[in-house]
Amino acid sequence: MTTFQPLDVIRVSATPDKADAEPNRDAEIVKLIDVSNCTGCKACQAACLDWNDKRPAVGEHVGIFENPLDLGPDMFTVVRFAEWDNPKTGNFEWLIRKSGCMHCEDPGCLKACPAPGAIVQYANGIVNYIQDNCIGCGYCVKGCPFNVPRVSKTEQVAYKCTLCSDKVAMGQQPSCAKVCPTNAIVFGPKAQMLAYAETRIANLKSRGFEHAGLYNPQGVGGTHVIYVLQHADQPELYSGLPANPAIDPLVQAWKGTGKYVGMAAVGLAVVTGAIHHLVFGANRVSGEDEEEACKLVEEKRV
Amino acid sequence: MSSVTQPQKILVRRYSGSARINHWIVAISFIVLLLSGLAMFHPSLFIVGETLFGSGWMARWIHPWAGLALTVAFLALFLRFLPANLPHLDDFRWFARMKHVLSGHDEYLPELGKYNAGQKFVFWSQMILTCTLFVTGVALWDSYLPFFERLTGYHPTIEQMRWAAVIHATSAVLTVVVWIVHAYAALWVRGTIPAMVGGTVTGGWAWRHHRRWLRREVKKPASVQAAS
Ligand code: HEM
Ligand code: SF4
Repeated sequence: MTTFQPLDVIRVSATPDKADAEPNRDAEIVKLIDVSNCTGCKACQAACLDWNDKRPAVGEHVGIFENPLDLGPDMFTVVRFAEWDNPKTGNFEWLIRKSGCMHCEDPGCLKACPAPGAIVQYANGIVNYIQDNCIGCGYCVKGCPFNVPRVSKTEQVAYKCTLCSDKVAMGQQPSCAKVCPTNAIVFGPKAQMLAYAETRIANLKSRGFEHAGLYNPQGVGGTHVIYVLQHADQPELYSGLPANPAIDPLVQAWKGTGKYVGMAAVGLAVVTGAIHHLVFGANRVSGEDEEEACKLVEEKRV
Repeated sequence: MSSVTQPQKILVRRYSGSARINHWIVAISFIVLLLSGLAMFHPSLFIVGETLFGSGWMARWIHPWAGLALTVAFLALFLRFLPANLPHLDDFRWFARMKHVLSGHDEYLPELGKYNAGQKFVFWSQMILTCTLFVTGVALWDSYLPFFERLTGYHPTIEQMRWAAVIHATSAVLTVVVWIVHAYAALWVRGTIPAMVGGTVTGGWAWRHHRRWLRREVKKPASVQAAS
């Protein structure tokens, strides 16, 4: 293994790509979530809150296992419980998925972000929000294909899972992986994790899950949080995991050449005005105009 | 004919004090919106918002509040100016003679009421754009979106927010272009700015540009005064 280079930044929001940067991607890491091993104990949720020192307000119990119901600015991971009657086997299946940021190789949040340096991507694959540079616009929410980022209503800055980048930088694993009692969350170098995933998939297949497979969506260039799914052919079963996530074409249009067309249109309007004034000069009122007006008043007085 | 007692120039009242204050609230909030919006429009312009508002965060914070101020103030202006901006048959003649409009040959244009067709275009397009910017802006106002959701019972999806972002940015460009046309016209047609500053124009200005309006105004003694 090469030396770990956590601060090797390969992408910075609202900042032109540095063509000369040759990041060392050997340090690429992956968090593998093996859904078939998850018991829904939520130790990961608790560990996440602990490490990030977040204490969200106590919510309300609405009769289902999700608690809290959604991600939040102080809740970076939520274990989601989907109940499914498998029509083929007639079995009831509980598909439990730990949700959170996927740490995309091609992150839509970073693409949409207008604030220089508010979102960065490290050579190890982690996508991080730098709250000091965040302006709280919420564009990351629109850019993300997984509906992950949340803007704090009180601080007006965005938050999401950091993949414990601070711990990873010190050679440790993220808190969720560390506490998981069933090894449903494992963490390590990318190649190692992909190889381990294959053994898990083979195991599932041998147990009759013929569509078991990896969720590492290529539409966003692959992710650094990947899932082993029993039914990889139907990722939507897992509380709406998107089948083909990609940066939305609307986000591409909004952030793409349209901006230059807009700036050109405004520039053109200004230049047209300047040229018009040079060619035709001011539209001035003449003395005769003033006299005509006086006459008009005089007529009315008579 | 002209006697010595007759004044050289007359002044015609065009805007009341409250109409002018209303207009300048619109204009100032528009400038604030433009400058703070630039920070979010393109990274190369981020520095504008950062410099003028202290930080990008501040620019982002103030932008929706200025938008709210503009929307309320513009709707008031809209209602105030609506009667004078209704379409008139001469508006088509005015547009057909664009050549003379642009070259400043007002003598070849029909006699106009309080506003010409270009001003009416500004009025109506800003109305449409302001409403569009407000609705899409609310969908992008993360911190107050829950408030509007409670108010309207409507929750936009992420996909709708993406549409809102694209439409908001497009409308912003359009509203700035219309504003440039508006401000340029006010500067180009000399004697127009005093209408919105002091509230009056000279008789000659009114005779030259809005003669049908002047014919009406001279019948009201309170509207016309001698220039000092
Ligand atoms: C800061 C730049 C601006 C300047 C210098 C300016 C100047 C003026 C002047 C001189 C008039 C009087 C025209 C006349 O009576 O014939 C006027 C009218 C008006 N202004 Fe502005 N204005 C500005 C910004 C705005 C903005 C941002 C809006 C709306 C978004 C606006 C909306 C209007 C409207 C609706 C009228 C009534 C006449 C019309 O429809 O054109 N103005 N402005
Ligand atoms: S999942 Fe969303 S928030 Fe996480 S890196 Fe991808 S786009 Fe960004």
